[in-house]
Amino acid sequence: MPKLPTYDDVKGNVQDNVIWKSIFRPGSIYRKGYRDTSRDRALASMNNVLYHLHPVKVKRHGLKLTYTYCLGGLSFFMFILLTVTGIFLMFFYTPAAGAGTEVAYLNMREISASVTFGQLVRNLHRWGAHAMVFTVFLHMARVFYHGAYKPPREFNWVVGVILLVLTLLLSFTGYLLPWDQLALWAVTVGTNMMGFTPVFGDQVQFVLLGGMEIGPDTLLRWYVLHVLFIPFVTVIFLAVHFWRIRKDGGISGPL
Amino acid sequence: MSDEVQIDQEVYDRLIGEGKSERIARAKAKAAAVRQAKVAEGASLGPKSPEDAAKALEAAKEKAGGGGGVATKTAAPAEAQAGGGRLTPEERSARVAASLGNGGNGGSMGVPTSSDHTHRLLALVPPAGIQQVQSKQMDKVYTWPHLLLVEFVALLAAGSLLLIAAFFLDAPLGSLANPNEVPAINKAPWYFMGLQELLAYFHPMVAGVTLPGVFVLLLMAAPYVDKNPSAKPENRKVANLAFTFFLTFWGLLVIIGSFLRGAGYAWVWPWVQGLGFTL
Repeated sequence: MPKLPTYDDVKGNVQDNVIWKSIFRPGSIYRKGYRDTSRDRALASMNNVLYHLHPVKVKRHGLKLTYTYCLGGLSFFMFILLTVTGIFLMFFYTPAAGAGTEVAYLNMREISASVTFGQLVRNLHRWGAHAMVFTVFLHMARVFYHGAYKPPREFNWVVGVILLVLTLLLSFTGYLLPWDQLALWAVTVGTNMMGFTPVFGDQVQFVLLGGMEIGPDTLLRWYVLHVLFIPFVTVIFLAVHFWRIRKDGGISGPL
Repeated sequence: MSDEVQIDQEVYDRLIGEGKSERIARAKAKAAAVRQAKVAEGASLGPKSPEDAAKALEAAKEKAGGGGGVATKTAAPAEAQAGGGRLTPEERSARVAASLGNGGNGGSMGVPTSSDHTHRLLALVPPAGIQQVQSKQMDKVYTWPHLLLVEFVALLAAGSLLLIAAFFLDAPLGSLANPNEVPAINKAPWYFMGLQELLAYFHPMVAGVTLPGVFVLLLMAAPYVDKNPSAKPENRKVANLAFTFFLTFWGLLVIIGSFLRGAGYAWVWPWVQGLGFTL
């Protein structure tokens, strides 16, 4: 009877071929011959598209959980999670409303009642959205109390404030989409306020609502803003935000 | 990973004895151990000696042949050593010409026409093009595994908390939107409740547009207004106090708006009329 290959044999064979080595670049922990040396630790960051957001080395004090509480990272994680759950919800949602064609609201009922994992994913999306507003807000407070916006990081703070506003807009545009009483009237409160913008009030409100009052056109407009336009702008500002962290010399401090 | 590199204890003890820091001694001892292991394997180490390198260069030139390889032999290394390790501009250009292999005649950048070289990587950096970075040596650690591990655990913790919340708490879904039926309790999402609460005191143009606009602009202006270079809490009492006041004020507005306002936006006590709040 032939000897069965051991786990290490199989692992070695899987890792030691052209395809595997083309996927995992040198320094990857999944590549054969990874050793816990300074060189491979550096390569692990340098040769990975995601880890490359980070520098190869970070200040030791920044590792302390009570310095950052990971708030910026968690905000980004919430953004990713909301993107993933949001895409799932988009499969089952049509932004159509109006007398006789209350598709959006019916879709919401179906997501809760008959879509597999629909209710769970919707819950994740809803609570994730609230959590993201909260973590972004806490992140801002953390940065302020550490004086981390001081030179050379002034502009990155400005980008951060823009991202906070974008987060609020993302959350608020999503608030209308269930097209229930809660959504309609919460958004009415908000858009009525916008109507009081000095000079351009009526125009601002008209553009936001796609008409004189909240209706099917508003739903479509806010849907596009929510799933496409604001995320697109947010990603651009996120890229600048992350890039500036590196360019401004990494995380601030120590105090 | 398990195959942690051993350190050369002898080197380590010697360096500690010389008064080197623990970190440096450990690094050097580690390097010594790796070097020994490589020698044991029979591998050649590090860069070649200057003589070997010069010989290899000559050999390469011979091989390239006919490419105008004048190989201007400069006495630069010796002179450079005398001059504190720096080359004069003339020496440097002579060196560059030599390594380009065209003796400063211009032409084809020294790439021989009949050569089995396929390409040559070369970068000439003028001194003005070098960005001078002056920063203090800091205590740093490798991102992998130290930072990424922390981030991964934070991500898992936040993800599980959210999953548990999503499993037990259902997102609200009211009845179908009806523009003709104003609900008794009519509130914005919680993060806008501060604005809605302001609306109870001010004209909408002030509460809904001007004040939030001013707040956002003030936030953006903070780093340009706060000229205090210190980041230590004890040196920035005014800034911290102002920001804390701002946060408290805003938090209070949100709490009042969310929990203490009921039908018709009248003041209620949640333990009397119930919680008029939906997330």
